[in-house]
Amino acid sequence: MGRKVLLIEDEANIAEAIRFLLAREGWQVEVHADGTDAVDVIRASAPDLVILDVMLPGKSGMDVLQELRANGPMRSLPVLMLTARGQSRDREMAEQAGASRFMTKPFSNAEVLTAVRDLVAGAARP
Amino acid sequence: MASLDLMVLVCLIYVAFLFLVAFAAERIAAHRTVAWLQSPWIYTLSLSIYCTAWTFYGAVGYAARSGMEFVTIYLGPTLVMAGWWWGLRKLVRIGRSQRVTSIADLISARYGKSNLLAIGVTMLAVIGVTPYIALQLQSITLSFAAFSALDPGETFDEKLAVFWAAGGLAVFAILFGTRNLDANERHHGVVTAVALEAVVKLVALLSVGIFVVWGLSGGIGPTMERIDASRIGQWHVDSSRWLTITALSAAAFLCLPRMFQVMVVENSDEGHLRTASWAFPLYLLLMSLFVVPIAAVGLEVMPDSANPDLFVLTLPLQEGKTVLAMLAFLGGFSSATSMVIVAAMALSTMLSNHVVMPIWLAFKKTGAQVSGDARAVVLTARRISIAVIMVLGYFYYSLSGGGAALASIGIIAFAGVAQILPVMIGGMFWRGATRIGAAVGLTVGFVLWAYTLLLPGLGGGALPDHVMAEGLFGISWLRPQALFGFVGLDPVVHSVFFSLLLNTLTFCALSIVTFPSPLERLQGAQFVNVFDHSTAARRWTGSVAQSEDLMIMTQRLLGAAEAQSLFATEAKRQGVTGQLPTPTPAFLERLERVLSGSVGAATAHAMVDQIVGRSAVSVEDLLAVADESAQMLEYSSQLEAKSDELARTAHQLREANDKLTQISLQKDSFLSQVSHELRTPMTSIRAFSEILRDSEALGPEDQRRYANIIHDEALRLTRLLDDLLDLSVLENGRVTLNMREGQLADVLDRSVDAALAGADRPLHVRRKRGAEEVEVATDLDRLAQVFINLITNAQKYCDAPRPELTIRVHKHAAGVTVDFLDNGSGIPAEAQATVFEKFSRVHAERAGGAGLGLAICREIMLRLGGDIAYLPRPGGAAFRVNLPAALVREAA
Repeated sequence: MGRKVLLIEDEANIAEAIRFLLAREGWQVEVHADGTDAVDVIRASAPDLVILDVMLPGKSGMDVLQELRANGPMRSLPVLMLTARGQSRDREMAEQAGASRFMTKPFSNAEVLTAVRDLVAGAARP
Repeated sequence: MASLDLMVLVCLIYVAFLFLVAFAAERIAAHRTVAWLQSPWIYTLSLSIYCTAWTFYGAVGYAARSGMEFVTIYLGPTLVMAGWWWGLRKLVRIGRSQRVTSIADLISARYGKSNLLAIGVTMLAVIGVTPYIALQLQSITLSFAAFSALDPGETFDEKLAVFWAAGGLAVFAILFGTRNLDANERHHGVVTAVALEAVVKLVALLSVGIFVVWGLSGGIGPTMERIDASRIGQWHVDSSRWLTITALSAAAFLCLPRMFQVMVVENSDEGHLRTASWAFPLYLLLMSLFVVPIAAVGLEVMPDSANPDLFVLTLPLQEGKTVLAMLAFLGGFSSATSMVIVAAMALSTMLSNHVVMPIWLAFKKTGAQVSGDARAVVLTARRISIAVIMVLGYFYYSLSGGGAALASIGIIAFAGVAQILPVMIGGMFWRGATRIGAAVGLTVGFVLWAYTLLLPGLGGGALPDHVMAEGLFGISWLRPQALFGFVGLDPVVHSVFFSLLLNTLTFCALSIVTFPSPLERLQGAQFVNVFDHSTAARRWTGSVAQSEDLMIMTQRLLGAAEAQSLFATEAKRQGVTGQLPTPTPAFLERLERVLSGSVGAATAHAMVDQIVGRSAVSVEDLLAVADESAQMLEYSSQLEAKSDELARTAHQLREANDKLTQISLQKDSFLSQVSHELRTPMTSIRAFSEILRDSEALGPEDQRRYANIIHDEALRLTRLLDDLLDLSVLENGRVTLNMREGQLADVLDRSVDAALAGADRPLHVRRKRGAEEVEVATDLDRLAQVFINLITNAQKYCDAPRPELTIRVHKHAAGVTVDFLDNGSGIPAEAQATVFEKFSRVHAERAGGAGLGLAICREIMLRLGGDIAYLPRPGGAAFRVNLPAALVREAA
């Protein structure tokens, strides 16, 4: 069963670390490093989960999420948001924009794996 | 043949009829407003008192003696009426708003309610008008004489006739003119009677004219031939006399007390002027239509000894047309009576208001406690004034012997009253005109007029012969008819020219030199800008006046009924119906205005002053008020300055607060940025170290790769912290600069080597060594840091296939510029503005640093005393480093 995660992250090293972690757990991981066309990429890829960085070149993760949630079938797609600016305001904004979960960098690998599992399982449940 | 008795009877019946008309008109006007009493036609006809017996009889005589020149007498008023109606409108409006009772009152009111001026104008008017009244008496007597001459049985005593005429006119004027006091209650009766007389004299003159042209002369054609044949056809035009007399008649039309009375005081509606502006000239045209034919035919038909002044009467009599002659007589009688009545009325108002009442008030200092009835005093004063005026006229006639030609007396009177014109016009249109200017100007004009025209005109020793011939004190340029050596001028032209010229010049010059009192300035503004403010300035600043006293005084002046209604109206306005109104400033102002209709503005002012327990509002009082208001102004301007200062402080505080808020926001943003920049490498380090720790089945290749990532990210963290510390030191100004001298070329060499060492991408650097031969004195390491940063940026971000960097050094007066130009695609326009800001990254996806490099460069250059800027240009990125002349040593 091809459980697919789309990772949108511009920091190559962070993307590599997450990709390695998830791939090792059997996830199919696609990486995209730009915010501008992120919504289109998500729609085209139709993943089971999106991991979305907030600070993206071109368009911020918040905007991407908002656009994604605004219409179309991606309304209920699980989205895990990552941010390096650990302020509570960012968390509120992310929840308002429709993030399924919010995670501050730096995170532990176990944390990421748990979150991904939970989110996909929660979405799969009727 | 008409006997003298019959004539007297006709006159009496006519006068009785006029009185009836006047009485009826007054009665009707008292009870309701009747349209025709208020009509512009009555107003226009009443203006015809301009045409006195002088014009009725005298115009024909004038034409017989001097040809067409008589036209000038009609021309002046016509020009004023048709061409200057807007000025008349202003005059009427001023008269209304100031409740002016006479021309003397007008001049007095304008120049600070100066009673001295009022007395001056009154005297001038009395002296100017007395001969004029004598003239009317003479014309009545002459016309009686003309009738009596046809009746040999009668003995006609001329002196006695004049006496009775004067007496009759006086009684008539007293009965008509002093029935009520308030100028606001216009003399409807008199005006209506005057209008009726205007019709009578017009009909009479036209009838005689028609009789002469068609009855005597045989039609228009033969009449024209007679005119051509007579002396009239040959008279030449003396242009200076024409101009002078036209101007004189225009001036007299405005300044004659009786004209002012009917035109301004009796005017009930400014709109009437519109009708009068064309109807009155038309009336004058009709009045003058048959003058020349009557004169020409009279000269031919009548014996040489006949007085041309009486042709209007004697021509019909000669032809036996008694009824027509009677009509002509009534026309002349109408002209004379209407003039005398209105003139006497106007003069008596002036005399009683400005001469008698002030004297009476001076004797009765206590104001409201005066014994006797002020109303009765005013009425008696007016009646006596009328009598005095008639007596003066009678004596003038008796003394002068009645020999002088009618027209010349008229002209002399005209020239006298015309002296008022400059002061009047100046007062209406020039705020700068002052009381002293007016008084001295008037005096100069009056003296010159008396010396050059009035006294010589009297003849018979009024001026000694040697003065006439050799001048006053034997000074030849003081000769009455050749002032300043102007010999050969017509006496009238000479007198009018010099008197009016010097009058006007003195008036203007002294007005400019002297300073008007506050009251004058107030009144000046009221006059000149009468259309802007219809209500007068409130001069009363509040006072404790006794309402009872005011009531008593008003009752005495206006009568009980009037006073009670006035006070009741005011009480109603104040909302205290049934009680006496409070003497508010507004009420005192109004009361003073109403009273000024009875006793003149200055007197009313003085009376109210006395009652409210203050001495007359003196210049000092007004100055004190002005000082007070100046202090208030000063105080309020201080307050204003203080509040301005407060506003400025508040503004500064607000700005400081804004700045602090901005700084706080910047700090938050900076911390957030720093947090992000720190967390990003830490994320990688933590993730890979956990991977290395937890994964046993990791190949050696991966192990090394991940360890390398950890190493690189740790270096990145170190760099970031170094940069942050560096920036912090630079920004706080705690940096120590290591100033040294060195070659710019060497610094660039070092920088290029350092920047390109271990670079993964090749960058070709172009330099011109010749231009770099510049000795600089600065912190060479810091300068190198800036250069390295710029070269590294080019190395990292220049996106050309074959990246090239041109370093161009340029020396000029202001210092040295070092430009770094690459051949990449440059920095987007929107990013150029923020390129030197902290954490600003243009090429995010290839970011090697935290975006602090250029911010550090900017801080370094600031510390070194130079600056760094981005050069917008097509093509690649371009930075310019400016080293000011202070840092540059001349190369040896």
